[in-house]
Amino acid sequence: MFYREAGQFKTSYAADMAIFPIRQDRIGLGLILVVAFVVIPLAGNQFLLNSILIPFLIFSLAAIGLNILTGYTGLLSLGSAAFMGVGAYACYKLSTFFPEVNILVWILASGFVSSAVGVFFGLPSLRIKGFYLAVATLAAQFFLQWCFARVPWLYNDNTSGAIEVSTHTLFGLPVTGPNAAPATRYLVVLTIVAGMAWIASNIVHGRIGRMWMAVRDMDIAAQLMGIRLLRAKLLAFAVSSFYVGVAGALMVFLWLGAAEPEAFNINLSFLLLFMVIIGGLGSIVGAFLGAALIHILPIALRALPALIGLNLGSATIEQLTFMVTGALIIFFLIVEPLGLARLWRIGKQKLRVWPFPY
Amino acid sequence: MSLLYQLFVDPFVQMADAPDLLVQTLWEGFVGGVLYSLIALGFVLIFKASGVFNFAQGIMMVFAALTLVGLHEKGVPAWLALIATIGVMYVLALGVERIVLRPLVNQPDIILFMATFGLTYFLIGLGELLFGGSPKTMITEQLYLPSGALDFKILGGTVSLQKIDIAAAIIALVMVAGLGLFFQKTRIGRALRAVADDHQAALSVGISLNQIWVIVWFAAGIVALATGILWGARSDVSFALQIVALKALPVLILGGLTSIPGAIVGGLIIGVGEKLGEFYWGPIFGGGIESWLAYVIALAFLLFRPQGLFGEAIIERI
Amino acid sequence: MKTTKRTLKILSGAALALALAAPAFAPAAAEDSIYVPLFTYRTGPFGGSGTPIADGMHDYLTMLNERDGGIGGVKLIVDECETGYDTKRGVECYDSVKSKNPVIVNPWSTGITLSLIPKAAVDKIPILSMAYGLSASAKGDVFPWIFNPPATYWDGLSEILKYVGNGSLDNLKGKTLGYLYFDAGFGKEPIPLFQDLSKDLGFTLKLYPVAPADMQNQSAQWLDVRRDKPDFVVMYGWGAMNATAVKEAVKSGFPMDKFISIWWPSEADLTSAGDGAKGFKTLNWHATGTDFPALKDIQKRVVDAGKSLAPASEVGQVLYNHGVYNSMLIAEGIVNAQKLTGKKVVSGEDVRRGLETIDLDAARFKALGLEGFAAPFKLTCADHNSHSATFIQQWDGAKWDKITDPIPAAMDKVQPLLDAAAKSYVEKNAGWPARTEGCDNKS
Repeated sequence: MFYREAGQFKTSYAADMAIFPIRQDRIGLGLILVVAFVVIPLAGNQFLLNSILIPFLIFSLAAIGLNILTGYTGLLSLGSAAFMGVGAYACYKLSTFFPEVNILVWILASGFVSSAVGVFFGLPSLRIKGFYLAVATLAAQFFLQWCFARVPWLYNDNTSGAIEVSTHTLFGLPVTGPNAAPATRYLVVLTIVAGMAWIASNIVHGRIGRMWMAVRDMDIAAQLMGIRLLRAKLLAFAVSSFYVGVAGALMVFLWLGAAEPEAFNINLSFLLLFMVIIGGLGSIVGAFLGAALIHILPIALRALPALIGLNLGSATIEQLTFMVTGALIIFFLIVEPLGLARLWRIGKQKLRVWPFPY
Repeated sequence: MSLLYQLFVDPFVQMADAPDLLVQTLWEGFVGGVLYSLIALGFVLIFKASGVFNFAQGIMMVFAALTLVGLHEKGVPAWLALIATIGVMYVLALGVERIVLRPLVNQPDIILFMATFGLTYFLIGLGELLFGGSPKTMITEQLYLPSGALDFKILGGTVSLQKIDIAAAIIALVMVAGLGLFFQKTRIGRALRAVADDHQAALSVGISLNQIWVIVWFAAGIVALATGILWGARSDVSFALQIVALKALPVLILGGLTSIPGAIVGGLIIGVGEKLGEFYWGPIFGGGIESWLAYVIALAFLLFRPQGLFGEAIIERI
Repeated sequence: MKTTKRTLKILSGAALALALAAPAFAPAAAEDSIYVPLFTYRTGPFGGSGTPIADGMHDYLTMLNERDGGIGGVKLIVDECETGYDTKRGVECYDSVKSKNPVIVNPWSTGITLSLIPKAAVDKIPILSMAYGLSASAKGDVFPWIFNPPATYWDGLSEILKYVGNGSLDNLKGKTLGYLYFDAGFGKEPIPLFQDLSKDLGFTLKLYPVAPADMQNQSAQWLDVRRDKPDFVVMYGWGAMNATAVKEAVKSGFPMDKFISIWWPSEADLTSAGDGAKGFKTLNWHATGTDFPALKDIQKRVVDAGKSLAPASEVGQVLYNHGVYNSMLIAEGIVNAQKLTGKKVVSGEDVRRGLETIDLDAARFKALGLEGFAAPFKLTCADHNSHSATFIQQWDGAKWDKITDPIPAAMDKVQPLLDAAAKSYVEKNAGWPARTEGCDNKS
């Protein structure tokens, strides 16, 4: 009733191929963007911005990156945290070498470093498939993490062995370091994430995306149809690592402010994979939904006992959070194995035909 | 030049210089490998029968060992605790089949893989809730496991073999032999192999998939318990142990996901390889290379045999 | 289709819960109370080490509430936030407590400390990282908001080395020392000092890193120890690493009295290795056991009254008493702040001043019910650490025996390194603010 496309005619091929062919979708997206860009920075408190939204956006970006690799191209990766690390350490090195250059340039540039490393570790994917490929990405995970810990050049010989972020400014406002207002950092992260999500959405809906999906569905068939596997797979590794690397740089520079190699451990890789699968393989919206569920759900669960007046110890809450999160992961998989993105689509479909069942 | 010397000559000189240390290193690698194999064995059992890549094997190991020690701490005698733990693992198998596997039947591999992550989270929370987060000491004596060491004065030095490690090797051997016999000779074993080959064909000849799944998860639970006891005796029973279990992944992949002998051979290659690498080549790189060497070894093998050493050949057709 | 509808309902329910949960977090601190958040970890791979510390911190503050009605008549709100020893969770905890006017933050992880150090001056919340964190933050003139008493990891190392050299560093010449460490910020920090000393004093240093993922898998490191035959092994370990190291040392027949650790191993780490662990040594700066009026009060009013999560046997253990000591410092900071400002309800800024004027002499320890618990020390505006002397304690199979007098740190070796590290920190963090905070004790 409210969500009806009757009367919207498409008069050109371009209109027919648009990512958001329905007017209500475009309005909805516009509303979300207005809320995200205007309302939240004005109304949100520090905790909401710092601990919920900034990490959520960063994880969404990383999940988009992983989704390009795992969801669109069908290559399983368990090393995404290490590529986040590559981005973070590259950004750290670049910004300490050339502190006068704008930090945003380095954050984006570090994506290319991550890309190059990603392509290198992607090479075995031409020969190894499925779960077996996971070992190649695990090798990347553990080898890179070892490098972060063991190559003093990477962390500028800091005695603490960690990388620390100094203050950088953008248009005169501090965007990194302790003086950066959460709202500023949020807006920077949001702009980058929104921009990159838009680009990703265009890539996956275009020729390259179709090529990747062909490789995912059956790589031999794709090869027979004239897709060069080498290029397609390595391109997927490159683009995916770029996204993940930028997310890593954002994580350290605009969220944590300092990082040890352990910040990029295998648990983070698994967490990103959760987000992609729960959100929906092969869906950009899914990456956002998955990140929201995996990141925000535990925070909400931890806050829940206090809200309803239960006085549990922090440890008990943590344990219950683990149990409930685990149970919910299984629950969601059972209800909709194709992920939250699929539920989203079903919901939209229902709205379109409402109030009639079909 | 000196780097080349360090890489290709010096380690071997060291090996020849102190043969007792070489033997000791090989033994440590062997024991580590046996323990990796045991974890990998649990993975293989489940993968073979249900096609599930069971990430929760590591936490099942911790959970089983924790249940055993936790029950004993609460005053249950060791033998009863052992039986009760086996019971708990059976209930777990039943629960997993009922709640996780059955509704997810016929879903893509990666979804099932993901479901075992959920299971991992659940078991971490449950284990900590029931038994607390602090590390516990394995009750080796009460379980009649030996302690102490056998020292051999050979090769101009001492080689010391821990009795518990010898026991670990024997237990692993017995377990593999037992599982082998079970698979080859019993009715259920044959049914298991049939399921592993083809689910639908197995169903059509009247094999109950559900029953088979409970059995393999239970078997994997028992393997997890044995592994947990042995790892627990080496260090402590704590949640950090599940990180060690990750080492089973390269083992598994090296050996082939579906092969029991593969898990054993893979475990030994990885165990011995990483110890030799760390001991003789590690210092050149500043040490600690053990954390990734296993994966690189597995990767090197995979480049030549993409399906692992003993895995079924991957036949691709349109 | 029915299922989908149900799921949608559940989903929207979850979304609603999220929306509700976001802004409202625990009741805000009331006017007449002081909010003391404790970052703890009772879960995860490091929960074993974190739990007794958390209990000690929590119980001492609770005891103050029960016995004295808080500090200076003002109730303390003790609020634990679980970090799981994870930096991301720690930062989340920090953000969640920040709005409730905390007077102090105890990160209890070197990684979390590093993330929070730059924020302290901006948010006006002092950070107490008791004997961990960034060693350079001992310099109060550069890090006015960070406190890491009573000794840094560098002090600890120099004290261990003095002990190894029978009281003098010069006796180390020609020896071989092994350094077994947790391969993260915490374990890596002493390496520069260790390497400098090895050059200056002429001993050989062998490094044995233990990756966090291989905490419980140390046979390679101990094979190295067998090969290198070091005269002493120094350990900086944490969590399950300590217990495993002790077990491996017993296994490989390394003499236990040549195995010396920094102040973190617990009783539980040693009991699991059985009798073989007898003779193991660690540094410490305070007593173990419960023979102190304050600890008796904790037992009576908190533990026996069921207000603690700690089992009775844990009270008085070394990590528990670390926690008690930590909370005593918090309380002392608050007391001093109340004295300095004359206010009852103090703020983070006041407590920073209070911590800076800490002067715990023997009489004050006695007044606190902790006579002889630890050596007296005082902080100044320039020195936020005091670089206290610490003693060696030895494990006798059931408890710790203090076997040396406190060994003073080799400040002539440590101070240059501290200065250099603080300078390098300031250089690398362009725009690090110069100290503008006033000083209450000019001495």
